[in-house]
Amino acid sequence: MKKLSAFLMSIFFLIAVGSVQAKDWKKVRIGIEGAYPPFSSIGADGKPQGFDIDIAMALCKEMGAECKLIAQDWDGIIPALLARKYDAIIASMSITEERKKKVDFTEKYYNSPAKFAVKKGTMADFTKEGTKAAIKGKTVGVQRETIFDRFLTDNYDKDVTIKRYGSQDDVYLDMLSGRLDMMMADSIAMTDGFLKKDGKDFELVGPSYSDPKWFGDGAGIAIRKGEDDLKMKFNKAIKAIRANGTYKKINDKYFKIDIY
Amino acid sequence: MDFEIIFDNLGLYVEGMWLTLELVSLSLLAGFILAVPMAIMRVSKNYFIAAPVRLFVYIFRGTPLLVQIYIIYYGLGQFDAVKDSFAWPFFKEAYFCCLFAFALNTGAYTVEILRGAIAGTPFGEIEAAVSVGMSRILMLRRIILPSAFRRALPAYGNEVIFMLHGTSLASIITLVDLTGAARIVNSRYYSPYEAYLTAAVFYMGLTFTLVWLFKKLEFKWFAHLRPRKETV
Repeated sequence: MKKLSAFLMSIFFLIAVGSVQAKDWKKVRIGIEGAYPPFSSIGADGKPQGFDIDIAMALCKEMGAECKLIAQDWDGIIPALLARKYDAIIASMSITEERKKKVDFTEKYYNSPAKFAVKKGTMADFTKEGTKAAIKGKTVGVQRETIFDRFLTDNYDKDVTIKRYGSQDDVYLDMLSGRLDMMMADSIAMTDGFLKKDGKDFELVGPSYSDPKWFGDGAGIAIRKGEDDLKMKFNKAIKAIRANGTYKKINDKYFKIDIY
Repeated sequence: MDFEIIFDNLGLYVEGMWLTLELVSLSLLAGFILAVPMAIMRVSKNYFIAAPVRLFVYIFRGTPLLVQIYIIYYGLGQFDAVKDSFAWPFFKEAYFCCLFAFALNTGAYTVEILRGAIAGTPFGEIEAAVSVGMSRILMLRRIILPSAFRRALPAYGNEVIFMLHGTSLASIITLVDLTGAARIVNSRYYSPYEAYLTAAVFYMGLTFTLVWLFKKLEFKWFAHLRPRKETV
């Protein structure tokens, strides 16, 4: 019995030491969403593609790490990181105070403002101050628990009907079917992922929203707390691909303007 | 376990529970009303009466409820013909789409449950009905259906519980039922354990209430099968 417990103790000890030991991060598993074009989507060949994916691959190459991409629905994307299903999230996740309570973020890797979109000609342009009057009584679609959901819920919950979807693609579907009067999302994601494709009858309207209280400081890579070495590696890699032109190459593949 | 998350959002869960109950009771009611005449058609010896029901049951039992919901909610909304039709004000609402899918789905299963029960009617009961000169309609109303409902009860109880759990799919098309509430709490606090466990406890409470109700019903409807109490 004593021997057995000593044996078990030593196993526990080994496990404990193993998890404390710094990893060399030769292999990094990255969580992606895959339903947020043009940043992240699943291509016709079944493989993930988009700006997030290309950035992830470039960063991995820069860090000299072997990367594995794991697709995960938005709803569970942070819980799955905390449950160690992967080591980092590269999914256009905005760096907000709320999320910083649960996870750490690298520096931003892009930043773009939020906007509303509506069917062409159904709404006159409005200013930031005029938002409340302009959107009153409308049905607005957002992806559940994104910065856009938070912004609308905190500010206009009484004025509009908010419909929350599991993915941005589902929001687009209901814009097309006419169930939604308007939607709020990232301006670039909407322009390149919707307006230029299926949503040719739709347009952006109103001002750009970028209040840091809700919209954070741009999109960063989320990492479990306490894994500072991985965070530093990512930060170094972001700087490196900005400097050596890799970022620009990826950026230009998708966008006309520099979205950093 | 962070109980604060659960208590802070109890209101959301209770609201979700009401929507769940609403969806499950309305769809069961509609499904049952659809199923009774269809079950009678289904046992008909006439091929042209039975075949359409067989096709309906085949389609709705042959595909997952989730796929049916996606087709009805996102699929139909894609066609201009549907969007311009009189039915669009209904199909525009996620609530109606859910009810529509649930009712047809549970209807299909209920048809089969009732068909089995009708087919299992003891021959003696029909013989007795014929011998007293009952018409077919009267026989259906007084003998076959009541007898079949009784036999179908345990299986139908199962279907009701399946349907209760099936309504959790409403949350994927923006409705905030019990599961929808859990999804919101999960994504707000990033704590799936607390969020879904609370929903699970609610579902269990509802299920046990249903089980209890059906036990009561069975006790009443199978009174004639209970062992007689000893008389002194």
